[in-house]
Amino acid sequence: MVHQVLFIVFGLICVAGAINLLVQRHPISSALSLVVVMASLALIYLLLGAEFVAAIQVIVYAGAIMVLFVFVIMLLNAGAEERTRGSRIALLVGVPGVVVLAGTVGWLLVTGSQQLGGVTIGATNFGDTHTIARFLFRDFLLPFEITSVLILIAIMGAVVLGKKEN
Amino acid sequence: MRNQIWGPELLKACIGIVDTKTFLIIAVIKIALVVFIMLTGVAYTTWLERKLIGRIQNRWGPTRVGPFGLLQPLADGVKFILKEDLLPDYVHKGLFILAPMLALVMSLISIAVIPFGENITIAGHTTALQISGITHSGGGISDISIGLLIILGVTSVGVYGVALAGWSSNSKYSLLGSLRASAQMISYELALGLSLVGVLLLSGSLSLRGIVKAQSDTWIVGGVNTHVPHWFIFPQIIGFFIYLMAAFAETNRIPFDMPEAETELVAGYHTEYSSMKFAMFFMAEYVNMFTVACLASLLFFGGWHGPTFSFLPPIAQALLPVLWFALKVFFFIFLYIWIRGTLPRFRYDQLMAFGWKFLLPLAIANIIVTSLIVAWRA
Amino acid sequence: MIPLSWYLMLSAVLFSIGVFGFLLKRNIITIFMSIELMLNAVNLSFVAFANYWNTHPQMLPSGARMVPLSGHVFVFFVMVVAAAEAAVGLAIIISVFRTRETLNVDRVNLLKL
Repeated sequence: MVHQVLFIVFGLICVAGAINLLVQRHPISSALSLVVVMASLALIYLLLGAEFVAAIQVIVYAGAIMVLFVFVIMLLNAGAEERTRGSRIALLVGVPGVVVLAGTVGWLLVTGSQQLGGVTIGATNFGDTHTIARFLFRDFLLPFEITSVLILIAIMGAVVLGKKEN
Repeated sequence: MRNQIWGPELLKACIGIVDTKTFLIIAVIKIALVVFIMLTGVAYTTWLERKLIGRIQNRWGPTRVGPFGLLQPLADGVKFILKEDLLPDYVHKGLFILAPMLALVMSLISIAVIPFGENITIAGHTTALQISGITHSGGGISDISIGLLIILGVTSVGVYGVALAGWSSNSKYSLLGSLRASAQMISYELALGLSLVGVLLLSGSLSLRGIVKAQSDTWIVGGVNTHVPHWFIFPQIIGFFIYLMAAFAETNRIPFDMPEAETELVAGYHTEYSSMKFAMFFMAEYVNMFTVACLASLLFFGGWHGPTFSFLPPIAQALLPVLWFALKVFFFIFLYIWIRGTLPRFRYDQLMAFGWKFLLPLAIANIIVTSLIVAWRA
Repeated sequence: MIPLSWYLMLSAVLFSIGVFGFLLKRNIITIFMSIELMLNAVNLSFVAFANYWNTHPQMLPSGARMVPLSGHVFVFFVMVVAAAEAAVGLAIIISVFRTRETLNVDRVNLLKL
C-alpha cells in the first residue's frame, strides 16, 4: 500500500516534469524540469531495489550531464524559443505514429496486466554495489573497456569541436 | 522465493521495534537535535573564524558583543533578519528565490548519512547516533549501504544552486562569476571522487559506518602488533591530501575562492542577493565545510574511535565517541580557518590547471598503487 | 506489490512525451533534452525488468541462461553512452550557434549560411 502510493506520487511527478519540458518556452525551464524527472526516476529506482543505479542516476545524469546542459544554455543565452513554422512531415506522420504506437502498447499492458506479476523490493544481494561490480568487471569486461574508449573519443571530439577558430 | 513483506511488518521483522510511532518520534527528535546543533555550530564557526583570522592578522576580532565577542553570531543573525530583502525587478524571480534554498538544503541533506557514534540508550529506547541508522534488536546497526555515494550525489546537485544564482541575477558579471564557480566545482568533483576510491578499496564498503568499522583495530605488520590505530590516513596519505585539496576547491574556500573574491574585485554570483538569501548562501558554505570535515575524520581518521574509559556511566560511554569525533571535526575546521589566514588565492587558470593536470593524474596513480597492493596482499 | 505493467506504462508514457518533444519543439537544446528523456524512459524499463526476472525466474524461456542483474549493468552502459553523446552533441550545438547565431532548427536547414 505504501509502495503503491509512493510509486503513484513519483510517477505523477515524472509525467508532470516531462509535460512541463514540452510546454515551457525557455530552454532553462525545460532543463530544470528534466532534472526533476531524473530525480524522481532515481526515487523510483530505489523502489525497485536498484540502489546503485539510483545513486549513479543522481551523480551522473542529474549532477553532471544536466549541469552541462544548463551551462550551455546559460553560455549561449539565446533566449526563449520563437514560434516558427515547424516541420509538416513531423506533424502529419510522427504524431499519429507515436499515438498509435503508445496506444497499442498501453492497451496491451492494461488488458494483459493480469498475466504479468508484481515487483517487490529485493533482498540483500540484488542491486548492491558488490554484485554489480562483480558482473561489470567479469562478465561485462569487454563492453566496459569499449565504453572507456568511446568516452575517450567523445572527449577528444568535444575538445576539437569546442575550440574557437582564430 | 523471497519474502514479500513491506511496510511496518518489515520494520518489525528487521529491527524489533514494535511501534512505528515510537520509531518516527525518535527519528524526528534526532533530526531536530542534529540540525539545531549543526546550525549553532555554523554560527559559532563564523565567530571562530573572525577571531582566529583576527589573531593571525595581529588584531582582536570581535570583542564588543558579549564576553570575547561570543554573542556576535546572534547580532549577525538579527541583522540578517532585519535587513531589507531586495528582489530587483529584472531578475528571474522563481530561480532567484530557489537558488539559495537549493544550496542550503543540499548541504543539510548530507548530515542525514553521517554517523556520530554507536548506540545510545535513553529511557529504555536504543537508537543509533545517526539520522539514517536503525538499531537491530541484537545491538547491531544498519546503515544506508551507499552512504558515501549519497554525499557525492548531493554535492553534484549542489552545483545547481551556484549556477542558477548567477543566471537568475540577469547581469553579465554575475553570470560569468557563477559559470566560473560551477566549472571549478565540477572539475574538482572528479578528483574528490577518485581520491575516495583508495579508501573504498581498503574498507570494501560504501557505507560510512562500514568504513569506520574497518578502522577499528590496530595495524598488524608482519605478525607484530604495532599499537597504531588502523586509520586509513597511514596508507592513504596521498589520497588524504588530494581529498583535502579537492574539498577546499569544492567548498570555494581559500586558496580556491576565486568565485568569491570576485565579489571584492568585480562581482560574483551572489551580488544581487541581500539579507536572508545571502545568509542562506553563507550558511550553505559553512555547512559544506562541516560535511567535508566530518567526512575527512570518518574516512581517514577513524571516525569516533578513540580511547574509551570503562569507569564512566553508560550514557557517558555512549557519548565519549561523539566527543572524539567532535574533536577531529574541530581540528579540520581549525585547519580550514588557518589556511584561510595564511595562504593567498590561486588565479583562475592556475586553479583549473591544478585540478585537471595535477590532482586528477595523481588520484589515478593513487588508485593504481592501492589496488596493486590490495591485490598482492589478498 | 506493484504490477510490472505499471512501470512499463510509465516508461511508455515518458518515451512518447520524449518523442513528441523531439518532433514538435524547435530549439536544438530542447530536442536534445527530449532524447535524454527517451533514454531515461528506456532505463526505467531495464531496471523494472531486472527486478521482475529476479523475483520470477520461472517465467524465463526454458534453456535460457539470464543474469537478472544485467539490467542494471545495461543501465550503467546506457548512462555512459548518454554522457558521451551529450558532450559531443553540445559541442556541435555550440559550433552551430557560433556560425548561425540561432538555436532554431528551422533556420539551420540549408548548408548555405
